[in-house]
Amino acid sequence: MTGGSVVVIGNGMVGQRFVDALRSRDPQGRWRVTVLAEETRPAYDRVRLSAYFDGASDDELNLHTPYDGVELRLGEPVSGVDRARRVVTTATGEYPYDVLVLATGSSAFVPPVDGAGLPGVFVYRTLDDLAAIREHAQGRRTGAVIGGGLLGLEAANALRLLGLTTSVVEFAPRLMPVQVDTAGGAMLRRYVEELGVACHLGVATTGLRPGPDGTVAALELADGTRLDADLVVVAAGIRPRDELARSAGLDVGPRGGVLVDDACRTSDDRIYAVGECAAVEGTCYGLVAPGYAMAEVVADRLVGGAATFPGADTATKLKLLGVDVASFGDAHGTTPGCLDVTYTDPATRVYARLVLSDDATTLLGGVLVGDASAYPTLRASVGGSLPDAPLALLAPAGAAGATAGALPASAQVCSCNAVTRADIDTAIGDGCADVAALKACTRAGTSCGSCVPMLKQLLDAAGVTQSRALCEHFDTSRQELFDIVRVRGIRTFSRLIAEHGRGRGCDICKPVVASILASLGNGHILDGEQASLQDTNDHFLANLQRDGSYSVVPRIPGGEITPEKLIVIGEVARDFQLYTKITGGQRIDLFGARVEQLPQIWRRLVDAGFESGHAYGKALRTVKSCVGSTWCRYGVQDSVGLAIALELRYRGLRGPHKIKSAVSGCARECAEARSKDFGVIATETGWNLYVGGNGGFRPRHADLFATDLSTEALITLIDRFLMYYVRTADRLQRTAAWIEALDGGLDHLRSVIVDDSLGLCAELDAAMARHVQSYSDEWRDVLTDPDRLRRFTSFVNAPDVPDPSITFVTERGQPVPVGGRPPSPEHRQPVTLGLPEVRR
Amino acid sequence: MNTATTVRWHTVCPLGRLDLDRGVAALVDGVQVALFRTTDGLYAIENRDPVTGAYVLSRGIVGSRHGVPTVASPLHKQVYDLRTGDCLDLPGVCVTRHEIRCRDGMVEVRLRQEE
Repeated sequence: MTGGSVVVIGNGMVGQRFVDALRSRDPQGRWRVTVLAEETRPAYDRVRLSAYFDGASDDELNLHTPYDGVELRLGEPVSGVDRARRVVTTATGEYPYDVLVLATGSSAFVPPVDGAGLPGVFVYRTLDDLAAIREHAQGRRTGAVIGGGLLGLEAANALRLLGLTTSVVEFAPRLMPVQVDTAGGAMLRRYVEELGVACHLGVATTGLRPGPDGTVAALELADGTRLDADLVVVAAGIRPRDELARSAGLDVGPRGGVLVDDACRTSDDRIYAVGECAAVEGTCYGLVAPGYAMAEVVADRLVGGAATFPGADTATKLKLLGVDVASFGDAHGTTPGCLDVTYTDPATRVYARLVLSDDATTLLGGVLVGDASAYPTLRASVGGSLPDAPLALLAPAGAAGATAGALPASAQVCSCNAVTRADIDTAIGDGCADVAALKACTRAGTSCGSCVPMLKQLLDAAGVTQSRALCEHFDTSRQELFDIVRVRGIRTFSRLIAEHGRGRGCDICKPVVASILASLGNGHILDGEQASLQDTNDHFLANLQRDGSYSVVPRIPGGEITPEKLIVIGEVARDFQLYTKITGGQRIDLFGARVEQLPQIWRRLVDAGFESGHAYGKALRTVKSCVGSTWCRYGVQDSVGLAIALELRYRGLRGPHKIKSAVSGCARECAEARSKDFGVIATETGWNLYVGGNGGFRPRHADLFATDLSTEALITLIDRFLMYYVRTADRLQRTAAWIEALDGGLDHLRSVIVDDSLGLCAELDAAMARHVQSYSDEWRDVLTDPDRLRRFTSFVNAPDVPDPSITFVTERGQPVPVGGRPPSPEHRQPVTLGLPEVRR
Repeated sequence: MNTATTVRWHTVCPLGRLDLDRGVAALVDGVQVALFRTTDGLYAIENRDPVTGAYVLSRGIVGSRHGVPTVASPLHKQVYDLRTGDCLDLPGVCVTRHEIRCRDGMVEVRLRQEE
């Protein structure tokens, strides 16, 4: 049977993957699909569930794709399966099937302890669970997690981010007992406890006790310990949802789960089971990769294929509480006669273990804690020979240098989507010339993303080179130009293009070179030839608006301003008839200034103690702050003071793109620091640094980079982060895209600016010191120089005539332009919206 | 149409007021003109950006594309051929060119009505 009606019960990750897989194999739509889902949300990325607490929207986590011929019925749980009539029953209807696919997933296991049903006790399974946790955490101080496995540590981090003092209770004698060994667990525990999460290991929870309001207030442990906890998350494991199968009389596995064969077929050959609810030949898998493999197997079977479940790769790599942990293959060394190579470095806090075959030639598995950069290469080498000597691989960043080019064709590059090196090489042969194309074509790198560096290496190994040319005038990237200018001491664009480019330059390369020259400290940006390189905003030190007028933004560091200064801004705006608006960066934008008015406006502002806010530059913009511990009853540090110090330190720093920052005085994060290129959030004992956030077209939250830093250590890290970014990012690349593009991403960044792996730190520190020392206000420097001032005229032959095209009307009591108008339709450039083609 | 004004050369400013590879705006007989000086010579086009209607082309970045001298609109970066006024990014879009020359160290402009 290769067509008919298929009913899918469950719209989790695996259920959705089955629909995707069937649709791509059945383009003619011979199978009509009905999906019955218990949750009211369509499929979402449960692996990234915790991203919800980082502010990820439902949309970002959404995995659902609508298809013709697929009906998704949300909030419609199935009550029974009538195998004789081949009908599925819900509260509202009956759905006949030719083939039924069970993708019911699993539920959280809650141990039968006293008080497990109290209000304030949650599981960590669905977006609704997380929303309830967040709501309950409001105004509460302590939290506990029962279960120190993967999910438990994720939950602990979430409670920490919600501002709760958090404990973890684990029955096994170590954290993550399934994935890591004793020594790895000990290293992990050090990391976790340093983040302020207390670990109670090797002890059972005996009961949960309510407080006076009836909600949970404490945990009692078997050793007599009593832990305060206003909120408890139970993450003690999962159980397959096999109740429908049981009541329909299907066979179940010895430890639960719907028993299926290697084709994922249950004891009824019209019914399949996939994902966490299935017990493939008796074994249940709680990871998404095996579930995906099962979904593909069933889709293949429905179109007449003979695929079988290939066995599961249970390799895991994740970042828990900022710590990299990876485990793959025979991590615990259960193969008879196997050999161990371990590496422990208490200084860098790295633990690694490789399990080798008895003749030390074949890699069987391993555990990595603290530094998992070797994971992609090692995991792909399991079952094969080692790509390098064991110790060379285990030393920090060792295998990061080992290239994927040495992998055999059968090695699995992307375990999430079961893509082998041979698949990648075929795609490259078919014309995929970059990572984006490989992702679209093979799906490699589209789930956890850890194999993306390998995709790049495989492109390199295949001899595919991508053009890094900036524009028609330079064959080099911005980073290469930066190095050329720096190393050769080039100070003019004309020399640079004569020696390293061609033609006259353009609106792409000129501002890039202007920015490089400014970053390297070459005097005022309007001096000499540099002036001709500047974009109009930099050229007039103001922001061009649609009608040809400019806006003026004085710096208001940290958003703190005296009443006197506020009055000056009001007076300037009134006297020059400027439209005023409060910006998102906690300052005030004055709109509608003509070029010849700019110096007069600056004069008034500079005399009152203001300076340029660099709103016009690809430069540091603002450091926002919340009011902090000075006033706020929740604040734990002086966020305003730090924001001012940071803004004054980095003011005027030019980079590949604008740079924004914010400082929050407590974990409530009112300054929205995680939406910034670098954001700082106060902790009880110092500062947490986040990097790589942005708003804009593709909003992204910053990643936690370092924790509980002293102010001095924080500034050192930010100095290096900014200077490394300024030196190495591409044109118009914000920090988020820059970090993503770095080989090794955040880990690489950490190794460069924390561990000084490239020996660059002293140079970066010195460069920032030079910047801080040489800073000078660009507005004031124009006001004191007649040669610079002469540019600020309306017409070269009629400097007293204001531009007649700039006129205003009044709207809501303020002047707004009549001169500008939106682009007329005939001049709008058409944009073709294409959908990436997914092939297999 | 007042043909007298279209044929007359107007003295605008000393050549030294034009920076190399940068534009300035001039008001010639009530018409806004963008003047540019490059190593190849002087160029004059209307100052109005035809895409947005704002008078800003004099503030664009001067450069070259495939050997052609160009200016890019500072608003949305469309590139114009300084010799012909044609937009190199949007077919069918162009700006009016005006005549420009240097006499005795002074820049002179003669307006041209578009045919």
